[in-house]
Amino acid sequence: MAFLDYAPAPESTSILSLREDYRLWIGGEWVTGGGEPFASVSPSTEQQIATFAYADEGDVDAAVRAARAAFRDVWGPMSGRDRGKFLFRIARILQERARELAVAESLDNGKPIRETRDADIPLVAQWFFHCAGWADKLDHLGLGAAPRPHGVAAQVIPWNFPLLMLAWKVAPALAAGNTVVLKPAETTPLTAMLFAEVCEQAGLPAGVVNLVTGDGATGAALVRHPDVDKVAFTGSTAVGREIAKALAGTDKKLTLELGGKGANIVFDDAPLDQAIEGIVDGIFFNQGQVCCAGSRLLVQENVHDAVMDRLKERMATLRVGDPLDKNTDVGAINSSEQLERITRLVDRGVAEGGEAWSPACELPQEGYWFAPTVITGVEASSTIAREEIFGPVLSVLTFRTPDEAIAKANNTPYGLSAGIWSDKGSRVLAIADKLRAGVVWTNTFNKFDPASPFGGYKESGYGREGGVQGMQAYLKAGER
Amino acid sequence: MTTTTKTTTRLDVPKTYKLFIGGAFPRSESGRVTEVRDGEGRFVANVAKASRKDAREAVRAARKAQPGWAGATAYNRGQVLYRVAEVLEGRKAQFVDELQRTEGLSAARARAQVEEAIDLWVWHAGWTDKIAQVAGSANPVAGPYFNISVPEPTGVVAIVAPQSQGLLGLTSVVAPALVMGNAVVVIPAASSPLVAISLAEVLATSDLPGGVVNVLTGDPAELAPWLASHADVNALDLTGAGDLDWVALEVAAADTLKRVIRPEPGIAPETPQRILALTETKTVWHTKSRM
Repeated sequence: MAFLDYAPAPESTSILSLREDYRLWIGGEWVTGGGEPFASVSPSTEQQIATFAYADEGDVDAAVRAARAAFRDVWGPMSGRDRGKFLFRIARILQERARELAVAESLDNGKPIRETRDADIPLVAQWFFHCAGWADKLDHLGLGAAPRPHGVAAQVIPWNFPLLMLAWKVAPALAAGNTVVLKPAETTPLTAMLFAEVCEQAGLPAGVVNLVTGDGATGAALVRHPDVDKVAFTGSTAVGREIAKALAGTDKKLTLELGGKGANIVFDDAPLDQAIEGIVDGIFFNQGQVCCAGSRLLVQENVHDAVMDRLKERMATLRVGDPLDKNTDVGAINSSEQLERITRLVDRGVAEGGEAWSPACELPQEGYWFAPTVITGVEASSTIAREEIFGPVLSVLTFRTPDEAIAKANNTPYGLSAGIWSDKGSRVLAIADKLRAGVVWTNTFNKFDPASPFGGYKESGYGREGGVQGMQAYLKAGER
Repeated sequence: MTTTTKTTTRLDVPKTYKLFIGGAFPRSESGRVTEVRDGEGRFVANVAKASRKDAREAVRAARKAQPGWAGATAYNRGQVLYRVAEVLEGRKAQFVDELQRTEGLSAARARAQVEEAIDLWVWHAGWTDKIAQVAGSANPVAGPYFNISVPEPTGVVAIVAPQSQGLLGLTSVVAPALVMGNAVVVIPAASSPLVAISLAEVLATSDLPGGVVNVLTGDPAELAPWLASHADVNALDLTGAGDLDWVALEVAAADTLKRVIRPEPGIAPETPQRILALTETKTVWHTKSRM
C-alpha cells in the first residue's frame, strides 16, 4: 500500500439474508413463473446472487388480474387517508432497512455503496414519504375536485437505479389510487424482491403491488396487456418508441422517460472548483449509466485547457473498484452487454478523431469494468457526441459564444437534462430559457427530489415524475 | 392516576402538569396553579397557571427557535410532524384517560378524538413539502425576468386554541402553524389542560426543536391580551377566542399589524387556507436580460 492509498473498507454483506431463488410476487403470494428461471450476477465479481422466476404471458395476465381485483375491491374504494398511511408505513420501513437495501443494490447493480447509501435509498424513502402525503390531497393537484385514478398501472423500469426507479413509479401510482404491476430490469431484480418484503411488513393489501421478473418479452407482454390502463416506462428511446407505437389508438395513458445526451456547459466565468466537481458528478455518478448524465461537456474555448488539466487531475483521484468499498467512487458496469456497448462506442469515437484519456487505474480481473474516460477534440457530428454511451465516458466539445453553446446543446434528438456553470445569474437564467431540456441544473448537477418534476423534451420521452406534475400523470379529472 | 383498583395495592405516582417553554417544563414564575377535578369531583392535578411573564418568556423562546425550524428542509419538517403522530399513537391510552377525566367523555368518544387528532398530524405532515407547489407560482411577467412567488412562514404565532375537544382543538391550530416553519405560543383550552401538557411531552420527544411550540396553560382571558399586544409576535390566531373580547384583541394586534385569524365556532376546519394564513408570499425577481 503506497503512501496516501486507502485500505479496503468494505461494507459487510452480513446484513443481507437473501433467498437462493426468488419467485414472482402476484396477489400477495410468491408464485412460480411459467418460464425458465434466470440468474442475476454481481457485476463486480460475476458471482451469482440468486435466481429469479421468469414471468411469461400467463403470469403477466395473472398479475394484471390480481391488480385489477385489488383496484376494484380494496385500493380503489379505500380513503386517501388510509392509502397515505400505508405509504407512510412503507417509507418508514424503507428507512429502517436502508442499509440492507443499499448493500443489496450495490451488490446487484455494481454501483458504489457510497451512492446507494447516500443517494439511491434515501431518495427511495423520501419518494414514498412525499407521495404518501399526496394521497389525501388529490383535490389540490389542479385537476378539479375528486380526481380519479386510471386503474391498473403497468410499469417497466431500468437497471441503473433499480429501487429508485421502482419508487418513482410505484409511490405516485399508489398515492393516486392505482394498483401496479411492475417489471424490474432483467439484470437488477433483487431490490424489487426486497421491496415486496417491505410491502408485506407494511401490511399492504394483496394485489396492490405485483412484481413480475423477466426480460424484454415480459415487459412487452405487460405493456400490451388489454386490461392495463396506464403504462409508465423508463429505459431506452428505442424501446420507448416501440411502446408508443403499440399503445397508439388504445385508451392506455403513457408516460416515457427515455435516453439523453445532456450538455454540461462551462463558461469562462464559472466557479471552476465547483464546475470540476459538477462535471465529475455529472458523468461518473453511477458510472455514467444515467439517462440525465452530463455526457457532453461544452466548455468555452478560452478555458478549455485549464478545465481539461484540472479535470484530469481530479479524475486521477477517482477510486475505481469494489462497489461495496466505502471509499469507492466508480463501481462496476452493470453487465457485459453494457460494457461491450461502451467499448464499441469509445473505439468509434477515437476512430472518428477523438482523443481518449483515462487515469492510470488498475481494474479488477473479475467483473465488468471501464475506467473513467474523457475524449477531447470531439466534433458535433461525431458518433459519441450524438449517441448515448451510458458509461463513464465524457465527450468534450468547445464553444466561443453563448449562442453557439445553446445551438450545440440543443443539437440532439434528446432533451432530458442540461447543466450550466457560470457566476453570472442573468446569463444562467437566459440560457436555461433557451435550452430544450426538461431539467436544467445551474452550478450543480444530478440533483433529484420528489417535489421536483423530472422528465424530458423531444425523444427523451414525455410526462414528468415528481411534484404535482408527477402525481397528475396517475390521475384523470373527476366526474362532473 | 389517582385511582387504585382491587387487584393492586400499589400507590400511583401522579404527574405534575407544568408549562412547556423553550423545550423545558417550568412551573409558572407566578407560583400559581389551577386545581383540576374530574367529573365526580375527585382531585386530578394542580396545573400551572401561566402569567404575563411566562408569556413573555414563551415568546422569547419561540423567536429564538423559529429560524432553525423554518430553515429545516420541508422533508425534515414533514418527518418531524409525522413523528408526532407516531409518538401520539403509542400514547393513545394516556390521552384517552386524560380526556375522559377532564372532558367527561366515554372511552369510545375520547378515543375517537385522539385518533382524529393523530390523523390530523399526519395530514399536516404531508403538506410541508407540497404547499409551496400548490400555493406558489412562476409569474409570467412582461419582461426578461425570472419571477417566482413562494410562501414563507410569518414568524411567531400566538394562538388561543379552541375551547372544546382539547386535544383535537389544539392540534387543529398548532399543526397548521408548524407546517411552513412558524414557532408557536399557544393557550390551550382552559377546560383541557392535561392533554395540552401531555401533547407537549409528545412534541418534546418527536425531534421538534425546543421552543418551536410553547404551551401556556392558564386563563385565556388573562393571557391573550398580553400576546395580542406583544411587539414580537407576528400573527394572532383567535380561533378559540370566541368567548373572549376578541375584537379588543384584534385591535391590540393591529398596533404591530399582526396577521389575525378570527374566531371559529368549534374546531378549526381542515384546509390548507389555515396553513397559508400564517405565511408571507415572497416574490423574487431575477434578470435574464444579459446572456
